[in-house]
Amino acid sequence: MIKTPHISKSSKLPRFNLGAISIIAIALILALPIMVIASFVFQPSNDNWQHLVNVLLGEYISNSLLLMLGVAAGVISMGVITAWLTSMCEFPGRRFFSWALLLPLAIPAYIIAYTYTGLLDFSGPVQSQLRGWFGWKYGDYWFPEVRSLGGAIAMLSLVLYPYVYMMTRAAFLEQSICVLEVSRTLGNSPLASFFKVALPLARPAIITGLSLALMETLADFGTVQYFGVSTFTTGIFRTWFGMGDSATAAKLSAVLLGFVFVLIMLERWSRSRARFHHTSNKYTAIKRYPLTGFRALLALLACLLPVLFGFILPATQLLVWSLTTAEETLDSHFFKLLTNSLMLASITALLALAIALLLSYGKRLLKSPLVNTSVRIASMGYAIPGTVIAVGVLIPFAWLDNTLDSWMREHFNISTGLLLSGTLFALVFAYTVRFLSVSIQAIDSGLEKIRPSMDDAGRSLGLSPLRVLRQIHLPLMKGTVLTALLLVFVDVLKELPATLIMRPFNFNTLAVRAYEMASDERLADAGAPALMIVLAGLLPIILLSRAISHSRAGGSQ
Amino acid sequence: MALLELKDVSIAYGNNIVVDDFSLTLDKGEIACLLGPSGCGKTSLLRAIAGFETIRTGEIYLNGELVSQPAKTLAPEKRHIGMVFQDFALFPHLNNADNIRFGIRHLKRAEQKKRVNELLELIGLSQMKHRYPHELSGAQQQRIALARALAPKPSLLLLDEPFSSMDVELRGELAREVRKILKHQGISAILVSHDQHEAFAMADNIGIIKDGKLQQWDTPYNLYHKPANLFVADFIGHGALIEGAVIDNNTIDTSLARLEGKVPKGCQKGCKVKVLVRPDDILHDDCSPRKALIVDRNFRGANYLYTLELEDGTRLFSLVHSHHKHEIGEQLGITLEIDDLVVFPAQDASEHQKDK
Repeated sequence: MIKTPHISKSSKLPRFNLGAISIIAIALILALPIMVIASFVFQPSNDNWQHLVNVLLGEYISNSLLLMLGVAAGVISMGVITAWLTSMCEFPGRRFFSWALLLPLAIPAYIIAYTYTGLLDFSGPVQSQLRGWFGWKYGDYWFPEVRSLGGAIAMLSLVLYPYVYMMTRAAFLEQSICVLEVSRTLGNSPLASFFKVALPLARPAIITGLSLALMETLADFGTVQYFGVSTFTTGIFRTWFGMGDSATAAKLSAVLLGFVFVLIMLERWSRSRARFHHTSNKYTAIKRYPLTGFRALLALLACLLPVLFGFILPATQLLVWSLTTAEETLDSHFFKLLTNSLMLASITALLALAIALLLSYGKRLLKSPLVNTSVRIASMGYAIPGTVIAVGVLIPFAWLDNTLDSWMREHFNISTGLLLSGTLFALVFAYTVRFLSVSIQAIDSGLEKIRPSMDDAGRSLGLSPLRVLRQIHLPLMKGTVLTALLLVFVDVLKELPATLIMRPFNFNTLAVRAYEMASDERLADAGAPALMIVLAGLLPIILLSRAISHSRAGGSQ
Repeated sequence: MALLELKDVSIAYGNNIVVDDFSLTLDKGEIACLLGPSGCGKTSLLRAIAGFETIRTGEIYLNGELVSQPAKTLAPEKRHIGMVFQDFALFPHLNNADNIRFGIRHLKRAEQKKRVNELLELIGLSQMKHRYPHELSGAQQQRIALARALAPKPSLLLLDEPFSSMDVELRGELAREVRKILKHQGISAILVSHDQHEAFAMADNIGIIKDGKLQQWDTPYNLYHKPANLFVADFIGHGALIEGAVIDNNTIDTSLARLEGKVPKGCQKGCKVKVLVRPDDILHDDCSPRKALIVDRNFRGANYLYTLELEDGTRLFSLVHSHHKHEIGEQLGITLEIDDLVVFPAQDASEHQKDK
């Protein structure tokens, strides 16, 4: 069939190979911590590990499972009910709640744990008030202990339910209203339609949101540590710092990775299922069920409580603490913390953005399965707890430092000391591994909006490929790039466990300061740094809520 | 001199040949359409003409200049070809006037403005100048896309399924409108489509493509009335292929009637053939002695499309004025009016059936 074998190799090939190679190299470097941790599964175990398996591992596992079970129940009940109410029902305050329900996402779990401890412990305002009213004394009454497994479940549920809320709400809005109407014509009441049609259709979205919330639960260190609940993350921290046993810490991390892996699979599976649940591309404006009287009040309460306990109360407490301690805390030391945090967050955000741009464009231009797999590997970090990444980064870096040091001493009699571990470089690297996927997701979704035909249109109107990038992509990607920067920036600001383990000696950030003050029982002094983190955390929430209110094509709000 | 010339062009992705040995010439001012079922290679061909696709064999000349050969492809931005994309590909960050202006930014401000206004007037959207693409309907976006492609005064305009996202009723109307604009501006164009009505409404000449091969290059009239092969006969229009046997050089016997017309080459007496009978070849006449049983009826407004069955089970279609209403099961009187008999050897037909 082919007459002349003029198989034209296009002149672009060498350049593309270079791109592919650099993408694969980046993916491998970023996968290093996970590979190191995974390799410890096969390492022979020592006495510490034996002791851990015999005495502590059971507790870690049962605590982690109970925590996940409790958080799952909490986030699903809060998330799904509020999602249904704000998307399908009409009641006073619905529009306010549809974005306000996201606010708790701005508060890291460890910070809400500090505030509730301050609010609810013996000397806190709530118990003091009760004693004042009823004349009780110490030991006269029973009050729930917030620093417990149950308390941890409540704290995590309060700040993690927005994941389920967001995903489920989007699923409800994307559902064709027709399927609900069909259900009504077949004799089902609105409530029956919800259980028989809307909920099953939204199930993949609910599971996606749930798996994200559970990943955060497994990754949590600050809350469980503060509440004295032993889980994997506290165990890893203890073996690493308390016993200085990196091999056992890595082994424990590997077990935790196993749990995470199950969640990743769950999320992947539910996302792939979601495709089949798209029933229609035709959107008709949603006709919300109007609620009046008692039912409207119930709906209002159901939406108000999560916002009140998940954001308004703790944020107010933080504000009060910050104001009362302002004179002592707002000194030059505090501004040093602030600049440290801002610097780390900015550097990581820029680095992650650069890598994400390279990876996402590479995926788009090269269309090679190998590159796609590499990008997927590079974005695995979002599910990996910070403690695990810290251990996975420090072990190979320390090995490199030691090897280099001994080699240099042997040959040149120079000690190079610690070049990588214990430096900001290592910390930024760990942040990048953890948060790169946030950047990649943002850039990918921005690139998706630029259809390939737009590139072709630019070319056919006389632009060179480079000018297509400058005149079409750049203006269209501006918002996306800012979003990617902002999201990583805030995530770094909030990050606690990896920072705690990896920070250089005497280097403090806002998150570390809040942790230290809380550990010293100086909760009020933790207020100012915590409040700063929460305020920064509000920025992406504002972005998100704006995106949510524009999310429904053709639908009027 | 021809504006565009394709000589033995082949396009392949790996070992998958999507366009095979394709040649065509397009004159200045001519509007042509590449028509074929989806996956026949027509879009690849269009993209090769635009310079987005490299060719495996052959040559493409534009205004006498060699622009594509297997080893070398002139970049799309250097070809001065306009293109309208299936999804329009309007730039969402620019308003309509700026979208149209995009390809002529090298001109002086005043000239740009003049051209943009001229085009907006031409497409009848002057009042939408400062709106953004997402504020327009699909048909309006399409006209902006057309204006954007026309702004640099390209010598050739390529349209990739430009009406496929429109409602069926809108398509014909838009196609005629676009044809009027192109003819008015004297611009040559190639349209890619899988919808023959769109092609008929717009093109001077149509190339029918199947599996990457050109089947026939002809006017719409000839494609309908003188199809070159069974595929074209089947693809274009409605009709029935009925069995017949050759009696002599000029006569074919069928169960419908004895028909006069040219017998395909190499067919002797007794040779089996297939005869194409269009619905408009069979006229309704209550007085005619020839009757056929009505087995189905399809109301189409101005007329009915009847499905008829002859004594031996052969099925035919007939287009009858809708004033003549007959019920299913009645006998309908028919006469024949076939200008050019279209006859194919029967073995071709069996191959064609296999292909399907």
